[in-house]
Amino acid sequence: MKYIDEYRQIEAVQQFIGLIHEVAGSRLMTFMEVCGTHTMAIARSGIRQLLPETLSLISGPGCPVCVTPNRLIDRAVALSRRRDVLLATFGDMMKVPGSTSSLDREHAAGRDVRVVASTLEALELARQNPSKNVVFIGVGFETTAPTVAASILEAENQGIDNYKVLSAHKVMPPAMRALCAGELNLDGFLCPGHVSTIIGSKPYVFLAREFQMPCVIAGFEPLDIVQAVFMLARQVRQDTPSVEIQYTRAVRPEGNPQALKIVDRVFEPCESEWRGIGIIPESGLRIRDVFAGRDAESISVDVEPFRETRGCLCGRVLQGLAVPPDCPLFGKACTPDEPIGPCMVSSEGSCAAYYKYQWQPA
Amino acid sequence: MGSVQEIRLAHGGGGRYTQQLIEKIFLPAFTNPQLDLLNDSAILDLPVSRIALTTDSYTVDPLFFPGGDIGRLAVCGTVNDLSVAGARPLFLSAGFILEEGFPLADLERIVESARAAAREAGVSIVTGDTKVIPHGKADKCFINTSGVGVVERDPPLESRVHEGDVLVINGFMGRHGMAVMTSRKELGFSSRIESDVAPLNHLTARMMKAAPGLHAMRDATRGGVAAVLNEMASQASLGVELTEEWLPVTEAVNGACEILGLDPLYIANEGVVVASVSADESETLLKAMKKDSRGRDSRVIGRVCREHPGRVVMRTQIGSHRIVDMLSGEQLPRIC
Amino acid sequence: MCIAVPMKIVRIQGDRGLVEIGTTEREVGLQLVPDVQEGDYVIVHAGFAIQVLDEKEALETLALFKEMENLD
Repeated sequence: MKYIDEYRQIEAVQQFIGLIHEVAGSRLMTFMEVCGTHTMAIARSGIRQLLPETLSLISGPGCPVCVTPNRLIDRAVALSRRRDVLLATFGDMMKVPGSTSSLDREHAAGRDVRVVASTLEALELARQNPSKNVVFIGVGFETTAPTVAASILEAENQGIDNYKVLSAHKVMPPAMRALCAGELNLDGFLCPGHVSTIIGSKPYVFLAREFQMPCVIAGFEPLDIVQAVFMLARQVRQDTPSVEIQYTRAVRPEGNPQALKIVDRVFEPCESEWRGIGIIPESGLRIRDVFAGRDAESISVDVEPFRETRGCLCGRVLQGLAVPPDCPLFGKACTPDEPIGPCMVSSEGSCAAYYKYQWQPA
Repeated sequence: MGSVQEIRLAHGGGGRYTQQLIEKIFLPAFTNPQLDLLNDSAILDLPVSRIALTTDSYTVDPLFFPGGDIGRLAVCGTVNDLSVAGARPLFLSAGFILEEGFPLADLERIVESARAAAREAGVSIVTGDTKVIPHGKADKCFINTSGVGVVERDPPLESRVHEGDVLVINGFMGRHGMAVMTSRKELGFSSRIESDVAPLNHLTARMMKAAPGLHAMRDATRGGVAAVLNEMASQASLGVELTEEWLPVTEAVNGACEILGLDPLYIANEGVVVASVSADESETLLKAMKKDSRGRDSRVIGRVCREHPGRVVMRTQIGSHRIVDMLSGEQLPRIC
Repeated sequence: MCIAVPMKIVRIQGDRGLVEIGTTEREVGLQLVPDVQEGDYVIVHAGFAIQVLDEKEALETLALFKEMENLD
């Protein structure tokens, strides 16, 4: 497969590993990735085993499903119970537990909940079901937000009035700021490759300037990841924190201006609650008033009082303050078959990745 | 049946319509001495007294997919379950559950496919049943087949891996599951992937003849190759080591899996057998497999070891190791 | 969530395009890449092309990797 296979070559990977060992030496370094796809790619490739013991790659709040609080699920569940609503969602959201139910459970109980792979499919559902309000659950970071914005604009253009969006979108740089100011001792960020495809490299510059935090925007194949880790280690060694792009074939410094324009037309920043971290200002996206008719927040529903799960350590895992095995529920009450917290439910959650690729029974 | 174009409730009633269905569609296709008697049970004479019995139900959606359909699947799936147990498949039963309104033309296509598959495998469908469910209460067509085979090898195939065994596979992974997935209209995909659904009994017979040191075989259907390897490891309390580079996957399946974020190791197959053979006979086994039309792409994929008992561990393309766990939950619905 | 795959544009029709990888094809929205041309490779996410792959950059990265392989 073009643009994929070439980035998996073993010899080049091993050379980079060698370089990483050389440049990192025995210095303790902790780098954080903030992208669920990176979490999975790193776990799947087994790269951690090849890195120096003193170099840790930890996972942060990069899984949008995982950082979405129960409240959003509860609202989605309540919406699905309205007979005039057809709920459309990405598959990842189906099994995420809310306070007492999940979209999967509601579907099993006969509510109209459909899995779609694209907002364009949701739009098509709206076209085919004029008597219902089709509500798309918008979860995802800056990679996904433009696709949702584009669907709203298309709905406007085509007069599809029954298409609405419940926006739970978040943006990453404010969360990275919160992490820098937090408890962790981080030496650098592996920045999300596809989010950066949209936003470019400028939004990360404040991390290098204000916090002297090395940043490298990385792709997802094994070669991309090892090259990016090497670049981070080099920045640390040379004490030259900056924002570098490893994923140059897909990320331009200016990002994707068209996508940014579309997002800005439809959404505006707002505060947003991140599971485990709390409320971060300017870290969410809400639909602008001019498109209020598209905002599913205006559909009135009774949302149940929210309940957090006891014993679940997802909040700390998401901040990189705990690893999955630290959670008392991990591998026992909480498994991929019977998940309790979103970090295990989500196909890109830290706990799911750990369980699938790294965990060994005692 | 004159102008009747679809299945009616009467076709499952046991009366004239049922008779007509049998005489016009099932009997001409499956005809054999036992079935032609149309008795409540088929009386069978078997060469040996040790038999293998298996059953499977088929609910695949869509019914017709690139490379096959539910009829072919229903015969091959059951034939293969018998084959990998070390049995020689002989007789099948076929129970059809049809939704009222199901087009007769589709039923004819399915039955013809089943006929062709049975012929390819050299088995007979000796008894059957038809039920019709009211419209909306059963999705178009479900088939159950049970199969009887004879176990002539003595002692019979152990069906358990040994430490030091070499693990071999007969062909490419993930074709059936991806063919079915990508042919579902809702996904908005198209691919040229065809299902590998095929009877493997001729291949497995060759394998058993060539290698007395063949210890186990498995049909890698739902859950993919990963599922059978985990089962083999856990049953024997031994470990399995795989080498990622050796795993056979076509470019087409790779591409489709990339898009959907799936791993070919977990995708269903309907023409793939994984075998565990003692190391000193692996060359002989591979040579014999490659002589068969269903084994041309046979190769070694790993070995059975004492370390990490019950676990499958894979050496990745970049030289690291990771676990290949059982698939949890249902990833691809109604593939088989 | 950010799963995105490089695919080749084989046909453009208005703001929709047909893309392929291996032998698999699908339709995607092109609203986010207005300057895309047939033959370009794009990154596809959630049914949309989100960026055109820069072939020059890709080749440079690969050249670097090739250099790495020959280092010893």
